[in-house]
Amino acid sequence: MSKSKTPLPPPADAPSGAGGLRAWLESETPSSAFHARCVQLWLGWLKFAANPLALTGLAIILFLVFVAIFAPFLQTHDPLAQDLAGRLLPPGAKGHLFGTDGLGRDIFSRVVAGSRITLYIVALVTITAPLFGLLIGTVAGYFGGWTDTILMRFTDIILAFPKLILALAFVAALGPGIGNAILAIAITSWPPYARIARAETLTIRKSDFIFASRLQGASSARIVAQHVMPLCMSSLIVRVTLDMAGIILTAAGLGFLGLGAQPPMPEWGAMISEGRKFLLDQWWVATMPGLAIFTVSLGFNLLGDGLRDALDPRSGQS
Amino acid sequence: MSAQGAGKQAGGGFGLLSLLSRLRPLLNLFTSLAVTFIGLLAITFFIGRVMPIDPVISVVGERAPREVYEAAYKAMGLDKPLIVQFALYIRDVLHGDLGKSLLTSHPVLEDIKRVVPATFELATVATILGVITGVPAGVIAAVKAGRWPDHLIRIMGLIGYSVPVFWLGLMGLLLFYGKLGWVSGPGRLDIFYDGVVPQVTGMILIDSLLAGDMTIFRNAISHIILPAVMLGYYSLAYISRMTRSFMLEQLGQEYITTARVKGMSERRVIWRHALGNVMVPLITVIALSYAALLEGSVLTETVFAWPGLGFYITTALVSADMAAVLGGTVVVGMVFVGLNLFSDFLYRIVDPRAK
Repeated sequence: MSKSKTPLPPPADAPSGAGGLRAWLESETPSSAFHARCVQLWLGWLKFAANPLALTGLAIILFLVFVAIFAPFLQTHDPLAQDLAGRLLPPGAKGHLFGTDGLGRDIFSRVVAGSRITLYIVALVTITAPLFGLLIGTVAGYFGGWTDTILMRFTDIILAFPKLILALAFVAALGPGIGNAILAIAITSWPPYARIARAETLTIRKSDFIFASRLQGASSARIVAQHVMPLCMSSLIVRVTLDMAGIILTAAGLGFLGLGAQPPMPEWGAMISEGRKFLLDQWWVATMPGLAIFTVSLGFNLLGDGLRDALDPRSGQS
Repeated sequence: MSAQGAGKQAGGGFGLLSLLSRLRPLLNLFTSLAVTFIGLLAITFFIGRVMPIDPVISVVGERAPREVYEAAYKAMGLDKPLIVQFALYIRDVLHGDLGKSLLTSHPVLEDIKRVVPATFELATVATILGVITGVPAGVIAAVKAGRWPDHLIRIMGLIGYSVPVFWLGLMGLLLFYGKLGWVSGPGRLDIFYDGVVPQVTGMILIDSLLAGDMTIFRNAISHIILPAVMLGYYSLAYISRMTRSFMLEQLGQEYITTARVKGMSERRVIWRHALGNVMVPLITVIALSYAALLEGSVLTETVFAWPGLGFYITTALVSADMAAVLGGTVVVGMVFVGLNLFSDFLYRIVDPRAK
């Protein structure tokens, strides 16, 4: 926001100076939809920022994103370059911060490069699964009747399987690989979103504004897409953030079992699996990528908890 | 119609009708169970179809002559329409035929019967550990809400939710087995104790007690303790979080104030009155965490070479033994559904308010 450059006198509700911006953001009588939105976001942020654990989570995730973006510059070595003469070096030896693995690859560089894979998996799953769940849930909730019964039965059946085991079976059928692992995780994780979206839809589908837009001649597709879906978003976002840690852990588990990213890709779970062979004598090979997974999923959990407390007034206590 | 006719004959149609209406929830339960069951099978059937491996080749081999291939193709029913194949699949599963494992060349169901006790043993010990630590932890966190014990327990729980179970297992092995030598390594028993006690339940802890062999019992304990603690940590995280929120809800109720005003000791108020009312929802939480352990056991069993269902599934995965993978998936799915229904059912029976 340009605060001081405007030669014209700013409108009454526009930010003018730091105190003015704050007052504008905390105004109790917002003058426009945009203003109301900003106030809401700002108050949410204040609540979020008062929670040190949530801020820690945010910091961890920002750090992850930073590392993933600048991975090529942060790597001290080529993450794929093997050096059999320098295999299994302990942390700190010969400029290898985290040591080297069984093929002499620099573990630090591999962990750094792995951040991109982790972020890639999380991003793809969190884009596809909630959207699919949103579609199923809103359609089921809006139309009701048979549509609802069939779609929700389907959802419940997928939900009846333990996630990891269903994902395992899918990857086993589709063949191992990072793309199939992402697909399997997405297939197994949409049902909770569908249920949330359906529950939200049921509460709003009888609202006056829905009737109003139907009277204006809006089609069902338009009502679902333009009016129902946006109202489901905030509870979905909270749930997605809470689920991100689970997605990372599932992806790492698939990688550990050799079903996710294939060698020589520096995926963290697969790196732990490689380190198993040297566990008792060269502890660092399995430890370092595990610490990375742990830190990142802790970050997502903290962030999710903080977001839930800030955005969802119902769960203030737990 | 028939109910009316029967009523006229017996002179008590009302009784039969009320019996029917009482059976209705049970009937609904069975319908939903049947639908879920068919759905589970539809999914495993679908997964079996997606598979890029030709199921015939995996049976007859790559160099089988054309006639053998065709015969096997027909014998496996692959020439029939999909819906017929699915019906046949359901029939087979209902007859306990989950196919034959390529790896062990035994029927899958037999294999699963053999490995399930190990998983059951591990999950039970883990749940017991999770309950005896998680419930008190949750109660303490609720009583001291907002103070350091609460934060400590919350952070413990967060770590439990965030750490990859297989990595925690490896780190446990590294520390307690490799460096400190407090526990035994992977497997259920040291190799020279293997097969010494007669198999009765398949659970070594119980079998060795039945045989009165304390050496083996102690050895089995030293093997199970590490994986059970690792898995139990997960149920600890879940159970303590849920206990805390249930307890907070109870502690705000008026009957708690009444009990305090009566001069009842604080300990009795918390552990008898409040916890007593929390027990019902807690039972369902424990059942759910038991179901979640089945999932966790896949990775834990792999790390600890624990010959249970999870280990069976992952071993089969590596060798593309689809019959075993899908059979295991069906069984786990059914146990999962069963536990969910059971906890739901229990909730309805024990808590009259749940109507």
